[in-house]
Amino acid sequence: MRQAHPMSLSRRHFLGAGASLALAGCAAVGGGKPIARVVVVGGGYGGATAAKYIRSWDPRIEVTLVERNEFFVSCPISNLVLAGTKRIEDVTLPYTGLARYGVKVVRDEVTALDFDSKQVRLARGDPLPYDRLIVAPGIDFQFDKVPGLAAADAGGRVHHAWKAGPQTVALRRQLEALPDGGVFAIAIPKAPYRCPPGPYERASVIAHYFKQSKPRSKLVILDANPDVVSKKGLFVKAWSELYPGIIEYRPNSELVEFDAQRNVARLQFEDFRAELFNIIPPQQAGRIAQPLVSVNNQWVGVDFQTFETARVPGVHVIGDATASAPGMPKSGFMANNHAKVAADSVIALLTGAPVNRETILTNTCYSFVSDTEAMHVASVHKWDAAQKTVVPVAGAGGVSAARSALEGEYALSWARNIWADTLG
Amino acid sequence: MSTALAAGLSLAAIAQTAERPGRTWAATCAACHGSDGKAQGAIPSISGRDTEQLYRTLLEFKNGQRPTATVMHQHAKGYTDDELRRIAQAFAAQAAR
Repeated sequence: MRQAHPMSLSRRHFLGAGASLALAGCAAVGGGKPIARVVVVGGGYGGATAAKYIRSWDPRIEVTLVERNEFFVSCPISNLVLAGTKRIEDVTLPYTGLARYGVKVVRDEVTALDFDSKQVRLARGDPLPYDRLIVAPGIDFQFDKVPGLAAADAGGRVHHAWKAGPQTVALRRQLEALPDGGVFAIAIPKAPYRCPPGPYERASVIAHYFKQSKPRSKLVILDANPDVVSKKGLFVKAWSELYPGIIEYRPNSELVEFDAQRNVARLQFEDFRAELFNIIPPQQAGRIAQPLVSVNNQWVGVDFQTFETARVPGVHVIGDATASAPGMPKSGFMANNHAKVAADSVIALLTGAPVNRETILTNTCYSFVSDTEAMHVASVHKWDAAQKTVVPVAGAGGVSAARSALEGEYALSWARNIWADTLG
Repeated sequence: MSTALAAGLSLAAIAQTAERPGRTWAATCAACHGSDGKAQGAIPSISGRDTEQLYRTLLEFKNGQRPTATVMHQHAKGYTDDELRRIAQAFAAQAAR
């Protein structure tokens, strides 16, 4: 594989966009006073993309992106870090590329969103005033839904690794330390959760590691859902063909309590013991967006034409924190797409231009099932005037005909391209 | 603020507004094909292609005339012919910049 740097996008795009607007007779680019201020909270697949595209499409608007972490660590591809086929460095990227687009990146922690004074309050820096606000906080975990889990997480016994970063590295170490013959269990929460096929990909690629390095080990999937949530046929086929005797799938196995002392998962009807657990907790919108939550006390309801929130006009929420439309996954790809529709709408609303009402969103999620083979699920979502939301287009989308090494190459290519698209 | 801004919009800016749906739809392609269609790795670059050629290719995906397709036929079926044409035009417009 060529080692092209994902940040290698040329400056032509930014310069080109600036030039075309200058020709359009608008305010001066670069030195001129900005016509409006946008603050973006959160530099994941949604937030970073929104910041970049607003600046690309209208450099007259000042955009400040607030992110608490120094680096972007990608959840997609991070399962391969757990499997030992990639390193955490391979999924870790800087935010420095956004400067090429004139995005001001502020590394700080947001402490409050003040909707009345239209300011974002920070832990260290001065408050940031905005004309429109985009909140892209991703998910937070509901540890309180599973008694015992908070203590197990805090004690470093059990890692979710569902936000890529230190927990990914820690879970990889635990997997390496697991003796051959040890039982490893992955607990999956009820949908909706971030990345529907992600837990099944994780099980598959870790089973591949077991097959190579710990062939007597077992991997048990404790799924709170009644069936495999995504790409069921392809995953089940891969498990039976590639990992017979290694992966065991248990549906309707919701974790109700966790006993870290004895390493026992309490399910509704039985106790399950394993040497090592990876528990993916139930999820909700990132807590900074709590005042905007309007659906099931968990997610932020938005208008999918603009991503403006139901609760507060002028405030837009994108990505995993939103209450998903029917058939819409919480994915990095989808967050990247939310960001572009929101960027276009925010520009329109700030400049008095008409909002595009013909919303189209797409999704493609690749999942690895070994170190080389992958498969996808794809969908196209369009605005439906009658239902007042976006819905999957009938007859479009679908899954791979079969897992393949070609789609494995596409998956890695996809990652490089979306990283460059998101971070400049 | 928006009223003053609207008054300041030039004709060229309004013309640009008319292309915005196509530009936004085309931007969704960038998640796989790279910003402005400039891809790295196994996924093909689609920047700088002629509008007609790109439109014809998208129609072939949509109509099942590309037997080696893995995912593009599933995407192309989600769009009307007119939407595919406007997406192809948006890529051509980016290339011209």
